[in-house]
Amino acid sequence: MASTEPRVKLPARGLWSRVQARSIEQLHIRLESLVVLIALAMLMAILSPFFLSVSNFLNILLATSTIGVLAIAATFVLSSGGLDLSLGSVLGLSGVVGAAVAVKLGAPMPIAVLATIGAGALAGLVNGLIITRAYVPAFIVTLGMLGIARGLALIISDGRVIYGLPQAMVYLGQGRPFGIPMPVIIFIVTAIVMHVVLAYTRYGRHTLAIGDNENAARTAGINVDFHRLTLYTLSGALAGLAGLLFATRINSGDPTAGITYELTAITAAIIGGTNLFGGRGSILGTMIGALIMGVLQNGLNLLAVQSYYQQMAIGAVLILAVFIDQFQVRKESRV
Amino acid sequence: MSLLAVTGIRKSFGPVDVLHGVDFKVDAGEVVGLVGDNGAGKSTLMKIVTGMYSADAGDVALEGESILGKTPGERRALGVEMIYQDLALARQQDVAANIFLGREPVRTLMGMKFVDRLTMKRQAQAMIDRLGAKLPAINRPVGSFSGGQQQSVAIARALTFNPKIVIMDEPTAALAVREVQGVLDLIRQLREEGIGVILISHRLNDVLSATDRIVVLHHGRAAANLTTAETNMAEVVSAIVGGSDMVEAAAHEARA
Repeated sequence: MASTEPRVKLPARGLWSRVQARSIEQLHIRLESLVVLIALAMLMAILSPFFLSVSNFLNILLATSTIGVLAIAATFVLSSGGLDLSLGSVLGLSGVVGAAVAVKLGAPMPIAVLATIGAGALAGLVNGLIITRAYVPAFIVTLGMLGIARGLALIISDGRVIYGLPQAMVYLGQGRPFGIPMPVIIFIVTAIVMHVVLAYTRYGRHTLAIGDNENAARTAGINVDFHRLTLYTLSGALAGLAGLLFATRINSGDPTAGITYELTAITAAIIGGTNLFGGRGSILGTMIGALIMGVLQNGLNLLAVQSYYQQMAIGAVLILAVFIDQFQVRKESRV
Repeated sequence: MSLLAVTGIRKSFGPVDVLHGVDFKVDAGEVVGLVGDNGAGKSTLMKIVTGMYSADAGDVALEGESILGKTPGERRALGVEMIYQDLALARQQDVAANIFLGREPVRTLMGMKFVDRLTMKRQAQAMIDRLGAKLPAINRPVGSFSGGQQQSVAIARALTFNPKIVIMDEPTAALAVREVQGVLDLIRQLREEGIGVILISHRLNDVLSATDRIVVLHHGRAAANLTTAETNMAEVVSAIVGGSDMVEAAAHEARA
């Protein structure tokens, strides 16, 4: 029987909407991504008896750590309305620089670590300078840097993998204090710090505002160009950190490390709710996005599914995530 | 001494001369209408005042001191606010974030500064209430609001930090009749508080009813400086169109 009551849609009245609103306001994540992650984990737990174990969770986190750090960089740049396609190449370059400094120059571990991250930051600074001073679009500049950084990595290493990092450095990639892999610890600490920066500091709020409406940010007195410059430098530095994690985990500087990683990192950020065109993004969301991909990969591995299918699955998840997101945004916004 | 004194401002974009030496004054508690045809240079002039554009020549002084060398943020801090025609809102951010954009209150915790969202929300709500604006919710992205509601947010942003002068670029263009009245009442209220107001509008009826003085820009010059009480629609229109076609244009405005 049709009801005679008028059916008026009242937004933000149902339990789901209320929790959603709070989640977005307090944690800066959309609930859908969390639901997908939990559902996926439950599905994998049912399908594979090996999925639910502490060591497997640590495996997932370890496999996610490098991409996760890159995805943090991607989130900052994307939510400011920018783009960094050079993440994977800068990762490779940083690892090679770090390995060269440590192995060929015999520098002590702290210097080699600084050189690794510094090489990334420098590449990011160059990106930022060209984007903000020469007004070349970020897409072009970072696409160019993708080639330049990769070429430089191959030149520095003479096209060969640089083996034999000092023990103190290898600990960063292979050490397990309290049984937890070092890359996982570094990744999680970085994620928490960067989440706080993006969600709760003026720097983070201005990043989102610039991505949302650059002109509004300018009229509000924000120095948009300088802010962008620092963002690309930060992005490069994080790619350097990811390069450090990668190199120390495989105990060598590999000039071909991280090829196409930028696309995976951007995918994680977008699945986690970052707006490709800027104005919205959170590191917690991106972490969920990265974990969705990690769980998917790990689960399919446990189920012995060919890796070709894994790539298809992740591609499908990306499109699905953006579809759901667009659907929600269209419903709520008058844009 | 005037609150705001603009003297001899020139500006060109490449080969296009937009402003050829504009002089312009606003006193405290004075409402000045700035009118002129499209392309007369109204918006350019105001963007020079707020610091979005640099001037090729001339000076902008606030309370006798030149502010030309200051950034848009510094000028806002000194009390120069503008409500832009496109509102300049970050549409995916909520009301508080927009009102406090660039001036977020911070709380220091362990040597780090964090945005004080609670204070922001409270003060934003207070400001919205003071304006009597009706918003669906203060924690929603402003992009989900109607045009009039978004305008309220833009106005609240301009008034939250005790401005000395408020520039309004076409504040009534997109509003319903009742909302227009609200804006005109607000302008009168600002005047009583001693705040200078510059009103840019194509709606000459609004300009004639709300302002003390009307400055007409024509071809990049201040072609006329009229006291509102002593002028009429015909004179204003005549100055806007530069003397020609006056009768017809004035008759049209009078009908409108």
